[in-house]
Amino acid sequence: MAFLSISRLTKTFGTNTTVKGADLEVERGEFLTLLGPSGCGKTTILRMVAGFETPTSGTIRIDGKDVTDLKPHQRKIGMVFQAYALFPNMSVRDNIAFGLKVAHRSASEIDARVKEMLELIKLPQLADRYPYQLSGGQQQRVALARALAIKPQILLLDEPLSALDAKIRVSLREEIRALQRQLGITTIFVTHDQEEALSMSDRICVMSEGRIEQLGTPFEIYNYPKTRFVASFVGTLNILRGKVTDGAAGRVQIDGQEVVTNRGLNGASTGDEVAVALRPEALSIGRANGQSNNLDGVIDEVHFLGSVVRIRVRFSDTAVSLDTFNRPNAAPPERGQPITVNFGREDILVLEGPAH
Amino acid sequence: MNQSRIIPWIGFGLGALYFLIPLIATFEFSMRMERGTYSFKAYRIVFADPGFQASFAYSAVIAVLTIIVGVALVVPTAYLVQLKLPRLRPVVEFLTLLPLVIPAIVIVFGYLRMYNSSSILPLTGSARGTDLLLIFAYVMLSLPYMYRSVDTALRTIDIRTLTEAAQSLGSSWPRIMLQVILPNVRVGVLSGAFLTFAIVIGEFTMASLLNRPAFGPYMQLIGANRAYEPAALAIIAFAVTWACMGLIQLVASLSPGSKR
Amino acid sequence: MSTTALPASAARDRRINWSWVGVLPFIAFTLFFLILPAANLIVGAFQDANGAFTLKNIVNLGQPAIVRSYVLSLQVSAASAAAGVLLGFLLALAVIHGMLPRWVRPTLMTFSGVASQFAGVPLAFAFLATLGRTGLVTAILMTLFDFNIYRAGFNLLSFLGLTLTYLYFQIPLMVLVITPALDGLKREWREAASTLGATGGQYWRMVALPILWPPMLGAFLLLFANAFGAIATAYALTGSSFNLITILLYAQIRGDALHDPNLGYALALGMIVITGVSNGAYIWLASRSARWIR
Repeated sequence: MAFLSISRLTKTFGTNTTVKGADLEVERGEFLTLLGPSGCGKTTILRMVAGFETPTSGTIRIDGKDVTDLKPHQRKIGMVFQAYALFPNMSVRDNIAFGLKVAHRSASEIDARVKEMLELIKLPQLADRYPYQLSGGQQQRVALARALAIKPQILLLDEPLSALDAKIRVSLREEIRALQRQLGITTIFVTHDQEEALSMSDRICVMSEGRIEQLGTPFEIYNYPKTRFVASFVGTLNILRGKVTDGAAGRVQIDGQEVVTNRGLNGASTGDEVAVALRPEALSIGRANGQSNNLDGVIDEVHFLGSVVRIRVRFSDTAVSLDTFNRPNAAPPERGQPITVNFGREDILVLEGPAH
Repeated sequence: MNQSRIIPWIGFGLGALYFLIPLIATFEFSMRMERGTYSFKAYRIVFADPGFQASFAYSAVIAVLTIIVGVALVVPTAYLVQLKLPRLRPVVEFLTLLPLVIPAIVIVFGYLRMYNSSSILPLTGSARGTDLLLIFAYVMLSLPYMYRSVDTALRTIDIRTLTEAAQSLGSSWPRIMLQVILPNVRVGVLSGAFLTFAIVIGEFTMASLLNRPAFGPYMQLIGANRAYEPAALAIIAFAVTWACMGLIQLVASLSPGSKR
Repeated sequence: MSTTALPASAARDRRINWSWVGVLPFIAFTLFFLILPAANLIVGAFQDANGAFTLKNIVNLGQPAIVRSYVLSLQVSAASAAAGVLLGFLLALAVIHGMLPRWVRPTLMTFSGVASQFAGVPLAFAFLATLGRTGLVTAILMTLFDFNIYRAGFNLLSFLGLTLTYLYFQIPLMVLVITPALDGLKREWREAASTLGATGGQYWRMVALPILWPPMLGAFLLLFANAFGAIATAYALTGSSFNLITILLYAQIRGDALHDPNLGYALALGMIVITGVSNGAYIWLASRSARWIR
């Protein structure tokens, strides 16, 4: 049985149901990310695990024990908040020691543990500072140390990086992931940033409108999105309308040109209208032979983005964006120029559900 | 869930009782003038009393003049301190808070000693002079509130850009003050003005010690000699205070920049 | 370089001068109608009838009647401030953090704005009509419970009665003053404390109250000064029979009740010293609390 097990969890605020029967299993030591736009219910799930919200129905089990009706302070859970929630009236040392003090640990034990935590977050020299004297990144590291000091069963991270500068965000996310691996602590991380989710997680749970859309490794989520929502929320995507001409052979017609997929049709059969997804980085310029697919079109727009040139190619009805590397010695493509793009059979994703 | 709200409800209920019972009691008492029946007789007597009319009118005029002097004094100062003389801010803020430190009775005592009829500036020597002194005293009394309101209003607008825009269009300094700054801080000015009115209209100590025929001393006099009219006066005074506070909220909610 | 720099700095100088001229009326006004009158009294406190320096007035403040007045004023102010801080805090807490319906808060705030200014003569009338010998509450208690509060020792014209009356503006003032501080308590602090194993009581003792302590003490001193300088309510309630220091000073100003004008100045000086010290403490504490709330 999984370490944290959430089953049929539902939360209703007034007439608004923010979590609709979520089932989720998190293994011991796993780093799981709840990813989705604001209002998708990811934070509500986290707050129910922490005990701040009472589920309308459903159960939460930690290590086999039903904690659904326990108060937050009885759960042994560490939490880091988006807004730096350090106690402003306490020094860094006292903040980290807080959880140990309320548990009536001995002074020597507290001292040792605080010291260990300060080493862990590499801020031993700031022990006597007050929160207002720290940068945002330092405050979040102290908040992490405070949460970890009590050796919680589970660590909950509620968008801990959102309030930080872009540069610190990247370095801190690497640090958090390294710490989590080192301690082997089961972690749930909530974010709306797909890059954070892809780079940090063991598994990602993509959510939309209170439901779990897809659960999988970052590799699976990015390369094999099951629904149009997941495909469009994670990464940039071209979505084209197609029609299945031969279900058995994986033939799909897009704007009068035929392509072949070897990744299955996600339940569609001959004659169905389907939505077809293509990642910009999977497309190349030029005609390819053999197993590849080719589509003929006209260059519609050219965006120079520095290292990458993004080209928009129009077919008769629809258009796709594709990325090529910038090469200084080759002339950039021009608008109106006819062009052929190619991509592999494995690059075509036929998404679940109707075409529109 | 509901249980955790019981104690807050009890607290709020007790507070409401403490604050409403005196109002209800006063109102009830003010209606008891005619034996055996409730009537507005006490109010009729109060409103018909020439002393009431004269003292209320006097205090109202003094309040309006206080507001005018106060605004003329505070707006340019708050503007200049914010825009040009930030170093002066601690000094000015200290001065505006001083009237909360020095009791009103002490300030007016100082006036009586400093501006008596045998001094260099014998303001108390004549009725008009004493009126002027009373206005100044009230400007002092309302200074903390007026300054706070105007200063807060100035902070919410970008006075530097407004000033520079006006200057680039060739406005003179008084024009900038009257036509650019004042309209933009009118919410703050009006809040301060209504608060000032509420403070001044029933003020007792200063008016009494300066011997002016104001509403506060009039109420005290009635209180010492009558039974039911004071209760009616208390209700009237409360209504006036409430109207002033209501107007502050109204002005704040009607202002174009307000969020609610 | 220098040719262009000179006119520019000259222009800047001229502008600074104009700004100073602009604040001059304010400075002059506070000087003539606040600083100098107060200073004048302070000087008078150290002069005898002929204008010569003396400490006699200060010594004479030791008269039993004057000391009694000071003590009474300090007691009423301290009691009404302490009770006002406590009750106002609880009321604000109930309304802000008590999950009450949305209309409650603006209602309380508007009412507090009114009630904190509803002091002076009309307030005395209101309490006379409520708890006076013929007041409504007095009468109701008598008819319903056959309980005569006056026979039981209550008197509106007493320390308790006056404190109860002062609370009518002290509690709302506390609500207005403490609301920003209560709003400053972040939900995350409470939640963080609870995930770290703290109970509600531990959260209040170790986090919330230490954070609220400086503003609470500051509010106490503000309320204290507010009550200490008040006179109209007590005067309208009790006439000159209840010897608060402000009432004594009022009588002295009106009719030289102490038969010594310069002793009156010393009386005023004592008041300035007391409110000055309490407000100085307030400013010091306010700056301390701002240090870590910022």
